[in-house]
Amino acid sequence: MRYEAPKSLQGAVALLAGATGETRVLAGGTDLLVQMRADVVDPDLIVDIKKIPETRAITEDRGGWRIGAAVTGAELKEHPRLKQAWPGVVEAANLIGSTQVQGRATLGGNLCNGSPAADSVPALIAAGALATLAGPDGARDLPVEDVMLGPRKLALRRGEIVVSFWLPPRPPRSSDAYLRFIPRTEMDIAVVGAGVSLTLDNAGTISAARVSLGAVAPKVLLVPEAAHAIVGTRLDVAAQQRLEAAARAACRPIDDKRGTTEFRVDVAAVLTRRAALIALDRARTS
Amino acid sequence: MAKHHIEATVNGDDVEFLCETEETLLDVLRDTLHLTGSKEGCASGDCGACSVMLDGRLVCSCLVLGCEVSGRRVETIEGMAKGESLHPLQQQFLEHAALQCGICTPGFIVAGKALLERNPNPTETEIRYWLAGNLCRCTGYDKIVSAVKDAAVAMRKG
Ligand SMILES: Cc1cc2nc3c(=O)[nH]c(=O)nc-3n(C[C@H](O)[C@H](O)[C@H](O)COP(=O)(O)OP(=O)(O)OC[C@H]3O[C@@H](n4cnc5c(N)ncnc54)[C@H](O)[C@@H]3O)c2cc1C
Ligand code: FES
Ligand code: FES
Repeated sequence: MRYEAPKSLQGAVALLAGATGETRVLAGGTDLLVQMRADVVDPDLIVDIKKIPETRAITEDRGGWRIGAAVTGAELKEHPRLKQAWPGVVEAANLIGSTQVQGRATLGGNLCNGSPAADSVPALIAAGALATLAGPDGARDLPVEDVMLGPRKLALRRGEIVVSFWLPPRPPRSSDAYLRFIPRTEMDIAVVGAGVSLTLDNAGTISAARVSLGAVAPKVLLVPEAAHAIVGTRLDVAAQQRLEAAARAACRPIDDKRGTTEFRVDVAAVLTRRAALIALDRARTS
Repeated sequence: MAKHHIEATVNGDDVEFLCETEETLLDVLRDTLHLTGSKEGCASGDCGACSVMLDGRLVCSCLVLGCEVSGRRVETIEGMAKGESLHPLQQQFLEHAALQCGICTPGFIVAGKALLERNPNPTETEIRYWLAGNLCRCTGYDKIVSAVKDAAVAMRKG
């Protein structure tokens, strides 16, 4: 098993594109090392991307924010201005694992591990984040909701890596929130996750919204019907009920010991409503 | 495939070692450097018994590759006592009898130190959340939390 830690994107892409055999990108390793240990994967080449400066920076970019794919949860938490602009994205990333896991786990790894229950992904999708990719054919941007195709299936081409995420400019009176349900209070995998981002006009009416649900389908879902249910409203009770109905209708969950189908659908509706109310409250005071 | 030749700092000392790609930092610490204070409880990031500081960040050494620490700073439980004098956390774990089998203890103490460096006066809730990635099958946690609280008091007094 080869290990390389290139210092440039070109170096990483050349290694990945030129390799024969199985390759894996290494960011925080909190999924990859567990999978290697369990013999689920046995790569011939590991490309550690943490020495590539573009993957490690948080910067302001075209009025929005750019977060390197290999920035850790702990580093996101320590960035007050990012947290102020995107509290939902940061709180979602900070739900991943323990303090120890936070010291290593990244947004890029959370997305590229390809789990429908990945906590930061609904928040990134609700935020309207773009994933910036680098590959043998150059760079391209993909909306985060288009990166994951199904469990462990990604739209990345051979040799392509996620370099960073771009979060769009934030109009005044905008905010976001992410909630998940787990059977414990810490250290568990989401049974349902719900991310909501919204903007209010001068009068306090919702002028734009995005809603995303995790762990209720083979991939994390963008749910436009749920956003339509609340745009043009002040999230009164009738709008909340329409939001819940739209969230329910979008769910196609599995049925297992951690949550029956019926339970997951109910929880999805409740969490979507609560996340929307938190985002609304934050937007009013932002 | 030739082994990787790695140079790093461990508990303030310059060290050199050879490792295979698949060896974790925990493997290297225990098997190559013979620093067996860090324990392997699960090897999957769940128990925290392998907790170490890597460039000032608390991590599970079972989820770090040995070759990743090239040029970096590692701190383990072995670096905490200064000669014969125990770190206040070690002292308080003894006084509170916050350990039974002791497998989890190095991880709790390393994690506790990382907390108190950032937050010298944590609430009980803050202590419990910070330590949620450290599992103990013996003590029931209360004595551990009390030990961390009292170590914080001792450290604030200096
Ligand atoms: C104890 C524990 C608790 C956990 N709790 C949670 C939780 O509560 N919620 C949750 O969502 N997850 C959880 N996880 C899973 C994991 O920590 C997260 O998915 C994390 O975000 C993965 O990031 P990483 O940087 O460690 O990924 P890595 O392990 O480095 O990589 C994961 C996968 O993505 C690929 N990859 C990584 N970065 C890129 C990139 N930039 N471009 C292309 N491919 C890439 C890798 O090749 C690998 O296949 C937990 C894990 C552990 C061990
Ligand atoms: S041995 Fe590393 S977390 Fe359990
Ligand atoms: S003392 Fe035995 S696991 Fe904690």
